[in-house]
Amino acid sequence: MSKTVELPRWIDVGALPLLNLLLALVVSGLVVLAIGENPVQVVEILLYGAFGYEEAWGYTLYYTTNFIFTGLAFAVAFHCGLFNIGAEGQAYIGGLGVTLAALYLDFLPFPIMLVVAMLAAMIFGAAWAYIPAYLQARRGSHVVITTIMFNFIASSLMVYLLVNVLRPEGSMTPESEQIAEHLRLPFIHDIAAALGIDMASSPLNLSFVYAIVISVMVWLFIWHTRWGYAIRTVGANAVAATYAGLEPGRFIIIAMMISGALSSFVALNEVMGVQHRLLIDFTAGYGFVGIAVALMGRNHPFGIFLAALLFGMLYQGGAELSFEIPTISNDMVVVIQGLVILFTGAMEHMFRPRVTKIYTAWRLRQDAGEAA
Amino acid sequence: MHQMHGAGETGAVQPAIELRGIDKRFGAVHANKEIDLKVDKGTIHGIVGENGAGKSTLMSILYGFYQADAGTIHVDGKLCEINGSEDAIAVGIGMVHQHFMLVETFSVLENVILGVEGGAVLRDGVEKAREELKRLEREYSLNIDPDAIVGDLSVGLQQRVEILKALYRGAEILILDEPTGVLTPQEADHLFRILDTLKEQGKTVVLITHKLREIMAATDNVSVMRQGAMVAHRKTAETSPEELSELMVGRKVLLRLEKGESNPAATVLKVDNLCVDNAQGVRKVKNATFTVRAGEIVGIAGVSGNGQSELLEALGGIRSASEGTVELNRQDVTAGKGVDAAELRRRGVAHVPEDRHRMAMVTAFSAKEAAILGYEDDPAYQKGGLLDWDAISAATANMMSEFDVRPDNPDLKAANFSGGNQQKLVLAREIMRDPELLLVGQPTRGVDIGAIEFIHKRIVAMRDAGKAVLLVSVELDEIMSLADRILVMCDGAIIGEVAASEANERVLGLMMAGVDPNEAKAAEGQA
Repeated sequence: MSKTVELPRWIDVGALPLLNLLLALVVSGLVVLAIGENPVQVVEILLYGAFGYEEAWGYTLYYTTNFIFTGLAFAVAFHCGLFNIGAEGQAYIGGLGVTLAALYLDFLPFPIMLVVAMLAAMIFGAAWAYIPAYLQARRGSHVVITTIMFNFIASSLMVYLLVNVLRPEGSMTPESEQIAEHLRLPFIHDIAAALGIDMASSPLNLSFVYAIVISVMVWLFIWHTRWGYAIRTVGANAVAATYAGLEPGRFIIIAMMISGALSSFVALNEVMGVQHRLLIDFTAGYGFVGIAVALMGRNHPFGIFLAALLFGMLYQGGAELSFEIPTISNDMVVVIQGLVILFTGAMEHMFRPRVTKIYTAWRLRQDAGEAA
Repeated sequence: MHQMHGAGETGAVQPAIELRGIDKRFGAVHANKEIDLKVDKGTIHGIVGENGAGKSTLMSILYGFYQADAGTIHVDGKLCEINGSEDAIAVGIGMVHQHFMLVETFSVLENVILGVEGGAVLRDGVEKAREELKRLEREYSLNIDPDAIVGDLSVGLQQRVEILKALYRGAEILILDEPTGVLTPQEADHLFRILDTLKEQGKTVVLITHKLREIMAATDNVSVMRQGAMVAHRKTAETSPEELSELMVGRKVLLRLEKGESNPAATVLKVDNLCVDNAQGVRKVKNATFTVRAGEIVGIAGVSGNGQSELLEALGGIRSASEGTVELNRQDVTAGKGVDAAELRRRGVAHVPEDRHRMAMVTAFSAKEAAILGYEDDPAYQKGGLLDWDAISAATANMMSEFDVRPDNPDLKAANFSGGNQQKLVLAREIMRDPELLLVGQPTRGVDIGAIEFIHKRIVAMRDAGKAVLLVSVELDEIMSLADRILVMCDGAIIGEVAASEANERVLGLMMAGVDPNEAKAAEGQA
């Protein structure tokens, strides 16, 4: 219980996450050993698969884009003291918004359509987050429970809509019609080609740039606006917020709706950027990984960017891995990703006390040295 | 740092506790500087010092919460290694914390045996404990029913349960950390009688407090700490409050506030039949009716938990009123009905709440973030739709210099300021807005003597500038020295008003216990 000095930022946001990551990799290595493969070779393939060639970079960054959106979504709610587990469902419903806008307003020119689709995604995602937010703010139903339930509701609702409503007549697959060609987000390799640069084709599209812009905006919002201040106040001390005249319920709803809107941008990347139609389960767990991304990135947009990049790498490298080494099935890759999430997210505080102790001892010796 | 010898050097008798050269650093903070302390067996030993002087750290080391970087602890002459509260209990040291460590839904007996149940089957242990408890109660006349539910007991009785817990664990040495903060004067007197009984039975008591009156009344010896060092040991009979306060602060301090006559003008706040319910629907404020005029300080005295907090929160717009009205300069500002804390702030009501950590600031924030709480929508703090942190920083620096907040660093985390400096920052934030009405609760709770003097002066300055001030405090000294009129609250009702000039501790104490004011004054007359 000994009192300790505060850790400097470079340990808090740098060394500690790296240490956790390292441990995750060691344990993953043991798992790989257990199934009779060489961990060193696995790491090599993983890294090569993620960064080894141009196309791999494209894929890694494409995954990163989704993780940035869901990581930011989680972080905004977290700053308000809320654990939003519903990014998955909010992104899914956001996809409905994008698709409906793109299918029914396809006469609009691209730039206008882009804004409309974005707004549609935000409105749908935010609306889906509003219900749990309202229940939390006004009825005290815990947002963790309600957002989990809303993921299931979203999933069932979307299956129903895709099978019975959005599926084009005569098609056997439960997916929507393709969106018009002129409404698709340009791929980065197409943009590069237009500029005369030759790039391998990948799903990486303009939404990656958008994700970075949004990251900056979220940073501004959280630390440089009144609402951001209010949200952080409510998150850190709801009683003080009430004292200040910042009604906590109001900001719980605002934070959750912003969170839902940010989640919905996954649909921008997936529907308008890559798949060009609404697919069943297109969210593929990005919403859940976003929780780990945000926690590992200390709920700061820059940290989230780095963490998102790491998970993008794991996704892309993992895909390569299961392709290269048949004994490492896709499930095995999920195990490795799960371990990373476990150690960096859930068990984030495992090393903290020890590191703090070591650092404190070192500082004390340092101080004593200066005093002498 | 030069050392002084313990007052209790009686030669042959082995001291109950002896600390030799205890040294403790927290990073750059030197919390305890080579502390030497001897506490004689069978005495009540007081330790005084300002907040942050290192008293709590020293006692935490003695109780095993922290480990000293250097120095040794001797109990009954034997060198002890105390690495946790179990070790402390094993050598006979018991502690009564400032915030009770009790399970409110358990009975007294269950609380006492918690952690020392004596076996997997509860019943055998319980019966043995009941016998032991009866013996302890007889011996120390604690007057507690072992089967009472702790949550139903008054704060004073809960404290006795804590003492009982320590005794049951075989404590020979009892440490009490600021034990009277939540007690009425009468309850405090009772506590001191219990401590005397403990002393007669040969127990040793260490009393940590910042109230000099208690030191003078209850202790045999006193040690004074200042800035992490032990600066003096005295026999209580041979010292005075003036000397002790000078030793604590390091300079002469005015214990009595000097203030002129009040010049009350027009009524600013008019509270009529105000009723306030808590979240459970229990009526905490019952038909409160009073006024506060410009240029006067109205004090509300009462034992903590008698509705003062709810009253203050309702006036500050944090809690809705259930019945009655509140008028500010003849305009209805009753909380609820569209009036909230933000609206009241706009109308010139500043509020320094009772609980600094829970309500007045966000300790995770930097000082400048804490300095705009409630005023974050001030146009002066905005630029181009964003918060203007440069302007906020400058404003915070201004507050800090005006109210002598140290260190004067707007970027430092609020939690890293001492209690007194946090409070000064909160007062600066509220007072520098030049409000019509200042609501202030427990302005000096957990604040050191030097800062108390400063804070009291600023509150009186508000009054002298023709503002209305409503002061809620459980410190009778504070109420009596600051207020011009004193209202006493008991069980949610305002049971009487006393002019400050006629007030004394006994009358107020009786009224706080619910005795009718006329009877209280009559009782005083007979006394």
